[in-house]
Amino acid sequence: MTQKIMAAHTNETVKVGEYIYCDLDMVLGNDITAPVAIEGFNELNRPVFHKSKVALVPDHFTPNKDIKSAEQCKIVRDFALKHEIEHYFEIGEMGIEHALLPEKGLVKAGDMIIGADSHTCTFGALGAFSTGVGSTDLGCAMATGKCWFRVPDAIKIIIKGEKQGHVSGKDIILCLIGKIGVDGARYKSLEFTGEGISSLTMDDRFTISNMVIEAGAKNGIFPVDEKTKAYMDEKGLDYTIYEADTDAEYIEEIVIDLNTLEPQVAKPHLPSNTVSIFDIEKIYVDQVVIGSCTNGRISDIKAAADVLRGNRVKKGMRLIVFPATQKIYLEAMEMGYLKDIIEAGGIVSTPTCGPCLGGHMGILAAGEKCLATTNRNFIGRMGHKTSEVYLASPAIAAATSIEGFITLPGGYDE
Amino acid sequence: MNKLHIYGDHIDTDIIIPAQYLNVHDPAELKIHCMEAVDESFSDRVAVGDIMIAGENFGCGSSREHAPVVIKESGISCVIAKSFARIFFRNAFNIGLPVIESTEIVEDISLEDKLFIDFNSGEVFNETKNKTYEIPRFPDFMMALIQAGGVISYIKENDDV
Repeated sequence: MTQKIMAAHTNETVKVGEYIYCDLDMVLGNDITAPVAIEGFNELNRPVFHKSKVALVPDHFTPNKDIKSAEQCKIVRDFALKHEIEHYFEIGEMGIEHALLPEKGLVKAGDMIIGADSHTCTFGALGAFSTGVGSTDLGCAMATGKCWFRVPDAIKIIIKGEKQGHVSGKDIILCLIGKIGVDGARYKSLEFTGEGISSLTMDDRFTISNMVIEAGAKNGIFPVDEKTKAYMDEKGLDYTIYEADTDAEYIEEIVIDLNTLEPQVAKPHLPSNTVSIFDIEKIYVDQVVIGSCTNGRISDIKAAADVLRGNRVKKGMRLIVFPATQKIYLEAMEMGYLKDIIEAGGIVSTPTCGPCLGGHMGILAAGEKCLATTNRNFIGRMGHKTSEVYLASPAIAAATSIEGFITLPGGYDE
Repeated sequence: MNKLHIYGDHIDTDIIIPAQYLNVHDPAELKIHCMEAVDESFSDRVAVGDIMIAGENFGCGSSREHAPVVIKESGISCVIAKSFARIFFRNAFNIGLPVIESTEIVEDISLEDKLFIDFNSGEVFNETKNKTYEIPRFPDFMMALIQAGGVISYIKENDDV
């Protein structure tokens, strides 16, 4: 699939290992990466290649956490105004970029997308080629509408069976990263297939594609099925569907059987350090974070609210929930999920990447532990270098905030 | 006298430059925090011309270009690793930080070794061990990026891009 999308966006020969330039349908930057990209863009002395094919989303340190962040955001805002960038999102419209772009219908099946943010791979869930690059690549792409790529080998991930109990997209991707390691798919494309995909919601798929970078992958792409079509049709999108050939070549095949998959937890300090929730010792945590580009969508907020409803967060526990976009925030309010969270003793934050990368809105002190639905548990990721981050699904996160230690829902009196 | 700074596998971008400092993008301001989570005195010890050595998957994690930028700004002349994470690798080329992918070199050298890197001849000379290693050749496209002095200069020179 990846090779077919590349071939549709270049005149060059698409063969594994070849270096090619491809035309881009969307390029994305944020308040950390865009200021650097703008310097590169200015050096090229060209106009923006397409005003509606650039998206600038200041989501990392916003609402501006300090003067320096405010200056970074101002650089992005001034650039967007000067070049009449159509898809610049100020607070009020802003959401976490990888949740916001699909929601706004700015990315779709068959597209070729880059973003100066490693989790740009999220859009593979829609059947697009989408990958993270650096700021200089973004700066060049804003001027030329093109980017260079090495045509990657592909690994086939066959998903079988049906999700059981509290298993969600997060458990599937954590299990996969645990199997192949944080460099198991380095430079490679992950192509998801198998009859088990039909039972996965779009939110499950976004979560899975979002974290393929944690296995080192260039991209992680899903086939387009009725659910994908319904998601895009509702937004009135005009998309192109590419399918993998039946004799497509893969360098490896990995099977994930949903019938036997148990909820997963990634222990510090690598996302590949995964264990089944049933095999983890009793680990008490100081903070629980639910949200991010990985798990801040409406089904994630619902999963947390369903567990929290009528319960109380353990005394001394800090529960922070941050819906990924304004639309999700509003829907969570209308559905009563935010009430459930607040009545349980949690707080609800405006959309921001803040806590996930130790930026703001929930930093950890020395020695503290946090269970998060985010994507990375590297050393010092969410605060002090001796703090620890465990990764899991929203259901586990909510249950953990009630019990105080990492657990599945159901370990307390309802 | 250039020194070596040796690290293990999976050195991620949060180790190279923690996100909490990325409310600025001035390399000179950022470099004091380079590697601080695993090597607190790195920014004091490092000198111009030093070489960084690492294991597998160097630079994994974020796409932040600030990572290769602060390494370069610290004075590191080259990073030699068994392997590099994809985005770090392309960022290094794009901004002109020399990198060498070689398991042979990483496994053979010791902290006190003195290395001389010659990209023209494609060789690394280990004076302490009196040994020469071959630098694996990059594909032609990557060489063209290096020769142009990074991707921005490459695009300026190639009107069709």
